[in-house]
Amino acid sequence: MNTRPDLLPGEGPDNPSRRQALKTGGLVVAFLWLGGGAKVLGRAGQPGRIEAGDPAFAPNAYIRVGAGGAVHLVMPSIEMGQGAYTGQATLLAEEMDLGLDQIVVEHAPANRRLYANPLVGEQATGGSTTIRYCWTTLRQAGAAARSLLVAAAAARWKVEPAQCTVTRGVIRHEASGRSAGYGEVAAAAARLPVPERVVEKDPGAFALIGKPLRRVDTAGKVDGSLPFGIDIRVPGMKVATVRACPTIGGKLLAVDDARARQVPGFVAIVKIDNAVAAIGEHFWAAKQALAALDIRWDHGPHASFSTEQLFKELADASRNGTPILAREVGNVDGVKGKAVEATYELPLLAHTTMEPLNTVVHVRPDGCEIWTGTQVPARAVDVAAKVTGLKPETIVVHNQYMGGGFGRRLFEDSIEQAVAFARQVDYPLKVVWTREEDLAQDRYRPAYHDRIAATLDAEGRPVAWRDRITSASVLAKFAPGAMGKNGLDSDAVEGAAELPYEVPNLKVEWVRHDLPEGLHPGWWRGVGPAHNVFVVEGFVDELAHAAGKDPVAYRRDLLQKNPRALGVLDLAASKAGWGAGTLPPRVGRGVALATPFGSYLCVIVEVEVSPQGGIALRRAVAAVDCGVVVNPNTVEAQIQGGLIFGWTAALYNGITIRNGAVEQSNFNDYRMMRINETPPIEVHIVDSKEVPGGIGETGTVMAFPSLINALFAATGVRLRKYPIDRSALVQGADALKAVVTEAFDEAATAVAKGAA
Amino acid sequence: MLILNINGERKSVDVPDDMPLLWVLRDVIGLTGTKFGCGIAQCGACTVHLDGLAVRSCVLPVSAVGDKAITTIEGVGASEVGRKVQQAWLAIEVVQCGYCQSGQIMSATALLAGTPAPSDAQIDAAMSGNICRCGTYVRIREAIKQAATGRKLVPQTIPNEAAAASSGTDAPGQAFLSVRQEDAA
Ligand code: FES
Ligand code: FES
Repeated sequence: MNTRPDLLPGEGPDNPSRRQALKTGGLVVAFLWLGGGAKVLGRAGQPGRIEAGDPAFAPNAYIRVGAGGAVHLVMPSIEMGQGAYTGQATLLAEEMDLGLDQIVVEHAPANRRLYANPLVGEQATGGSTTIRYCWTTLRQAGAAARSLLVAAAAARWKVEPAQCTVTRGVIRHEASGRSAGYGEVAAAAARLPVPERVVEKDPGAFALIGKPLRRVDTAGKVDGSLPFGIDIRVPGMKVATVRACPTIGGKLLAVDDARARQVPGFVAIVKIDNAVAAIGEHFWAAKQALAALDIRWDHGPHASFSTEQLFKELADASRNGTPILAREVGNVDGVKGKAVEATYELPLLAHTTMEPLNTVVHVRPDGCEIWTGTQVPARAVDVAAKVTGLKPETIVVHNQYMGGGFGRRLFEDSIEQAVAFARQVDYPLKVVWTREEDLAQDRYRPAYHDRIAATLDAEGRPVAWRDRITSASVLAKFAPGAMGKNGLDSDAVEGAAELPYEVPNLKVEWVRHDLPEGLHPGWWRGVGPAHNVFVVEGFVDELAHAAGKDPVAYRRDLLQKNPRALGVLDLAASKAGWGAGTLPPRVGRGVALATPFGSYLCVIVEVEVSPQGGIALRRAVAAVDCGVVVNPNTVEAQIQGGLIFGWTAALYNGITIRNGAVEQSNFNDYRMMRINETPPIEVHIVDSKEVPGGIGETGTVMAFPSLINALFAATGVRLRKYPIDRSALVQGADALKAVVTEAFDEAATAVAKGAA
Repeated sequence: MLILNINGERKSVDVPDDMPLLWVLRDVIGLTGTKFGCGIAQCGACTVHLDGLAVRSCVLPVSAVGDKAITTIEGVGASEVGRKVQQAWLAIEVVQCGYCQSGQIMSATALLAGTPAPSDAQIDAAMSGNICRCGTYVRIREAIKQAATGRKLVPQTIPNEAAAASSGTDAPGQAFLSVRQEDAA
């Protein structure tokens, strides 16, 4: 077993690309705080013993080469559909001169020291950071491994390493005709000193990076053979399903299970402070038994809370609360010109990952095993240790493929709950949440109330810009120590504080208004930018309209000093045929531009609105500059999927609360976009040599403003809230109202006359 | 005791009559490829075939199955249509998280078995009961067409068997290029 420290040059705190990446927002900052940052930045520590057994050669935490030649790659970022395993494996295989078919990917064990994302300082996947950090880390790791293996072969043959080539894991010395597989020299390579410096491949020599390679995880996803967390079956296991108090912050008072005992396959109930689980031989028994329980709740202090109240409170806090300055440029006061202002409101949102939350836990006196799909495996160990009192080193997390994450699996609440139930029984317990439980007990994307204003000069350009955001803080809940010194939540203002446009005077502020205790705000795909870019880009569209300018031309004018942003704007406009030809009545195109997660995007959407207010998306065109592309197929998929994720929320979603409980229960009342509502989506990728930007959340960020702006173009109705109110889009809605009122007035007059 | 015909095999199970087929498959028999997403026939993740027709197994009491042939994602590749659908799914990389895809593939296979050359409207109608939270609908539409016609109208992924890196004196990307040409041919 090799025990050399990991090789991670280029990851020091002074590395400019790292600094740049760190600048970009709340989630990253949160993790940096959680992991204590600096500790893990330089070296990822010693390789641990992993499931691949005891490999002959393990030069770092990611690479294991067995004596037989098997290459196992351990994936520091988890796979939840975003293509992370393929991207990471591609970077390693590229530098090791292997084919993707020659490697086996493995879920990383929970181990902060080995698998912390050096960009954020925690073993966590989120904030569209995977490729951004792996770009250097994993190529360095792969290049280091290759150089050691080649050096071992060269030493054996007494030739210069530089004279050796590698193809598909076979090292060759052309002149002498000798060759050796990686496995044959693995043990010798393990004894060599780590090179001071390794040189990554020249981009011109890339054989894998940039190609639409097939994903490493999909073959088992088309024949049902690949297990997700919910598919795990452990010998002796029973299955439970849960009901936590539906009222925010409520507690469990008492449970009568007399009727549940009649359910065939019923095993037992287990209780915790605020929830009860019914255990059965299978899920169906558990579900039937849970439904048969007579549960009494203490509904607690928020039993009358509602979302109406929340929005009133947010509006009030926006005017009367204490604003925290996020960014100020120039001086917005006293700037003369045409004033435009608007108020935007955004709802609470749920994640509804396709795979409902689930955890298999076996708590034994001497340790605990957990099988689950989590974005934060090390935190899963933390909570299991807390709940059981066991030592962290006795707790093993077997991470799994995830049926979607979207930020939900950055929270370990369902794991903590499952451990709390499982410690009460001596068999392995699989806890599966129903969809109803998923909607009732989410970590919701918080609601926002944003007041935004601009002053336009004679040409219609914004010369002063104010944005006051009011919301709860995800960051304060998730990582309180990561809050700014002045109390600022950097996530709440991400995408608002830094605009892609030139604006000489700007002031962006945030007012914190917490949700009631027990209603938890959470990270949601697109995080800060998914909220702010909707407001900013909706408002920029309003400014273009106020200035009497075409929305693309208006943006182009403000982007003269931002060439990459200008590039995607022009590319999308030309591919969409912006401005060419006339559109039929009630058909409109909307544009949105933003620079989230180190990438540059422009999306143009075309919609048609029926006279009754029905919305049909006809076409979407996206232009993206995300720097060097590792896999173009993944980029396209993430943009398409991300757009649909965001449009779904804009068209249909919004969690509402009445009497302290969430009203939505399943996909019947928390609707998802379906295939018949999905337009063709073209994705045009800019050829770029810049450092890779994030991609997994960018489509979602762009979805909201592109759709809202298209609806404005189609109907002249400016929407500043979602889910979209179809009644506002009814043809001649105002005219119709006037007609109805008139008719009513006439009738009233007639009645009055008749009475006289 | 019920006898079920699943993927061509007879299985006897001792379960309550009202137990949905989904849970018999997943939790009793151990065929976990069929997924749970909603439990109320809203998402299609649990889609299986009964005598070739797509049904939502989360709301189908096992006692209603009778002697009809059950096909699940684990067995669908045995039919020519099913195999073509799976291949098209991989060729243009429909899958993201993959959790909905068992159901998508079962719905698509049932569609093509009955309607070998579906129009866009027929695809939408047959597939609109299947939610994909990752939003893979654009590629689902393309993959169904590719499975139906064999025509490759959108970019294909490069299968892993063929993708190989090389370096040094070898011309970079040679293996990749030759694969591409074969694919194009
Ligand atoms: S689980 Fe059957 S349709 Fe959703
Ligand atoms: S691929 Fe993730 S839900 Fe469809």
